Amino acid sequence: MTRLATDPVASLPQAPSAQRGALGTLLRRPAAIVAIAYLAILVVVSVAAPLIAPADPLGLDLARVLSGPTQNNLLGTDSLGRDVLSRILYGGRRSLISVVEGVVVVLAIGVPLGLAAGYFRGWGDSVISRISDVLLAVPGIILVLVILAVVPRNEDVAMVAFAVLGAPSVFRVVRGATLRVREELYIAAARVSGLSHPRIVMRHVLPRITGPVVVQASLFAAYALLFETGIAYLGLAADPSTPTWGGMVGEASTVIQQQQWLVIPSGVTIAVTILAFGLLGDSLRDALAVDERIASSAARGGKRAPAPVVVENASEPASSREGALLDVRNMSVSVLSEDGVTPVVEGVSFDVMPGETVGLIGESGCGKSVTAYAILRLLPPELVLASGQVFLDGTDIAAASDRDFDRLRGRTLAYVSQEPQPSLDPTFTVGSQLSEVVRNHEGGTRREAKQRALELLELVELPGAQQVARARAHELSGGMAQRVAIAIALAGRPKLLIADEPTTALDVTIQAEILALLRRLKAETGLAMLLITHNWGVVADTCDRTVVMYAGQVVERADVQDLFDRPLHPYTRGLLESEPALAEPGALLTAMPGSVPAPGSWSSGCRFAARCPFAVAECSDGAVPLAPVGTGRQSRCLRVDEIFGAVTA
Amino acid sequence: MEPLLELRDVTVHYRRGRTTICALDAVSLDVRPGETVGLVGESGSGKSTIGRSVLGLAPVRSGEVLLAGRDITHLPFKQRRETYRHVQVVFQDPYSSLNPSRTIGGTLAEPLEAQGGYDRAAVRDRVREALERVRLPAEAADRYPRQFSGGQRQRIAIARALILSPQLIVFDEPTSALDLSVQAQILNLLQELQAERNLSYLFISHDLQVVRHVSDRVFVLYQGQVLETGAAAEVSEAPAHPYAHALLQAAPLPNPRLQRERRMARTPSIRLESSSSTDRCAFAHRCPYAIPVCEFERPELRPSEHGLVACHRYPEWCAEVAPDIPVRNGGPS
Repeated sequence: MTRLATDPVASLPQAPSAQRGALGTLLRRPAAIVAIAYLAILVVVSVAAPLIAPADPLGLDLARVLSGPTQNNLLGTDSLGRDVLSRILYGGRRSLISVVEGVVVVLAIGVPLGLAAGYFRGWGDSVISRISDVLLAVPGIILVLVILAVVPRNEDVAMVAFAVLGAPSVFRVVRGATLRVREELYIAAARVSGLSHPRIVMRHVLPRITGPVVVQASLFAAYALLFETGIAYLGLAADPSTPTWGGMVGEASTVIQQQQWLVIPSGVTIAVTILAFGLLGDSLRDALAVDERIASSAARGGKRAPAPVVVENASEPASSREGALLDVRNMSVSVLSEDGVTPVVEGVSFDVMPGETVGLIGESGCGKSVTAYAILRLLPPELVLASGQVFLDGTDIAAASDRDFDRLRGRTLAYVSQEPQPSLDPTFTVGSQLSEVVRNHEGGTRREAKQRALELLELVELPGAQQVARARAHELSGGMAQRVAIAIALAGRPKLLIADEPTTALDVTIQAEILALLRRLKAETGLAMLLITHNWGVVADTCDRTVVMYAGQVVERADVQDLFDRPLHPYTRGLLESEPALAEPGALLTAMPGSVPAPGSWSSGCRFAARCPFAVAECSDGAVPLAPVGTGRQSRCLRVDEIFGAVTA
Repeated sequence: MEPLLELRDVTVHYRRGRTTICALDAVSLDVRPGETVGLVGESGSGKSTIGRSVLGLAPVRSGEVLLAGRDITHLPFKQRRETYRHVQVVFQDPYSSLNPSRTIGGTLAEPLEAQGGYDRAAVRDRVREALERVRLPAEAADRYPRQFSGGQRQRIAIARALILSPQLIVFDEPTSALDLSVQAQILNLLQELQAERNLSYLFISHDLQVVRHVSDRVFVLYQGQVLETGAAAEVSEAPAHPYAHALLQAAPLPNPRLQRERRMARTPSIRLESSSSTDRCAFAHRCPYAIPVCEFERPELRPSEHGLVACHRYPEWCAEVAPDIPVRNGGPS
């Protein structure tokens, strides 16, 4: 056996040149840009009010009262002849100071307590959470009015009191976010790095929760402004001569009979500013949600390169056999994105005979699951079936109308996923869900459906079917839930079951039971199966024939024993050699270098060439066809004869 | 040889609401310098809890954890930090074990900064060295986790574990989230590192084949108890405990012909229900060889042919097993 002594230097993925974080996403939203620009201008003009205000905000001119907009007074004058524009500019200073005071205090209380409570839990968390609940129940405005009665006209005290009462909402958000972050493994890893708890909180928790905190702060700013103008309107805030927005609305409302205009400048300023804070908060929240999604999808799936490599499909050998139950011909699936069309599955053909189990094998990113989804018409919206035919029992289901297909789904074709629990509705009992599916397929009375449901539960070897029928999804163990999922799939008496990694999430002893069940169903009911898996043991245990996929293509097709005895594609062989169960214990494994290339970065020649120990220059020259080798086998390898000494038929 | 790590009757209880779950029930084990000890078991067996109790991340209720003879079960922060120079960890999920908002360089520098005593240049050098050792280019230090594949992230996690030059590394299912070909790369890397630095590994996995491939000795765990221990090759060839046997038989052989033969010879399938009790064999209700005594007396660990086993019916039950089908085969040629 040849062994690679060293791993290759791993190639780094093509990185997006700039880190497009939440800020970038935010700046692509017009509403956010307008809000930020408005608030920035507001801050600048308020700070610069003494420099740019056209008149003294306190300067009386009793000759020109309630003038309305004029050339001298762009926004008119008030009942004492003071320039409204100047008063708004000066008034913004007080309002903004109050907002800043409120936001600072609310964060200073809510963030540290939320972090501490969420990170350390324990009795401290219980105590702080109780206090916060009590505070939330206090009627804020009334309390602040009481405080203002004690310390009249002190807006700073009023804002601090308001912020203290607002702190519980920030506390709750921070605590919730911290609870999620503390479960991440990198927190445990930081602990093992030797970081103390306070440093972990500062370094690893705080940066991860800034998003929700900023959103809260921005929304709180809107509330604070509303509150500030409210108490100013009531005349509780400042000396009546000092310009404040709320006070100006108050004054304007007393003279609204004489001059309707006067209420507009201050009123609109307040409304627009509150709106700006609110919009900013909402946009931030949306931007963070999008950013989170991008980060997680990039993390799991890898970014797709923009340029689509459209490879002409070499015509595949007509593989379909007489009487095939499922016959997939030249199926291609592409992903649609802003960057264009990228194929993820290309020219896949295979068939499944009645009563046969076919294994679809490959690593993640090879297109196995996408192939299954395409057959089931369950492709997510960004994926489309680009070409190909899928014959089920002789009809092309890829061309069938949705209504026709719905009739087939469940009756001829059924599906079992890797994670059974989420596919069961937690609010209904297993029995009622199963009966509903039965009635949907077969009609009949409630009683008949219930009877059939119990039969199905017995068919999948669930002990105590009556009891299981009364259970809900969360009360089932993983193995039991998978049996229930299989029972539901069997309700329509399908001819073909598509099972996507049905045992991957299960313990090995439970896996053995589920595999035995599938094998029994096949023997007793003649059920055909398309089994998607990456586990060689599962393939060996259940499959009759195998289809090996690599980078969106079928690279080898063979009977299961032939495949294990004599793989005829370097990828199949490499994957078998990676299996520790087949290797000598303690020795180095024969590891294929690198990893499966992402869609969009496929070479126009052999897609496995970059990792193949047998690759020569001509492997990369052009598309390699899936060619027949020997009897009943196909391999997508130019050098199959030289490497494996096979006889091409 | 003096063991590097020793657990003596370690018991761990977790509180879930009002109920208490016994995650570890008086587990004893040891790891010698340069040795790989595998912990294998299904979910709920307590294998990860053992790793966490070694790292001081689990609430040990009783028993002791000794590192090079020193009791590290309960330590104040500064002394605990000192132990992390010698014991490090690699977790299962490479997506969750790296902080997405920190660069790889920042993540790798963290243990050095936490321990102190390294200037900026020394930190940079060690980060570069560690990256090179796991075969990642030095530029990786400036990138973020999201720019790496699962296998590359796991290499980064290994680099972080190596950076303080520890003597023992706990691997908690390090390859379970990886594809087969990437798993092979990582397992090879671990073996090279061990040979190079005489590292000790505590290797936790649900996959008996992987454990058998990398380990010198294995501990088979079930419901927080050690049911069997011994040399990896012997436990997987001739298990002394019915549970170890069941685990081995359950994992399908990657060879259709042998797997078919083994299936034909398989002993009656084990029952599903599950319950736990302290005064009987934890496996009794699933064991095809159980006799009445198994239901009311808990078996002690006692010597087996190649290690220790906790079974009332050892060695008689072995004779009742259908002629064994090989657990392994030669592989493709």
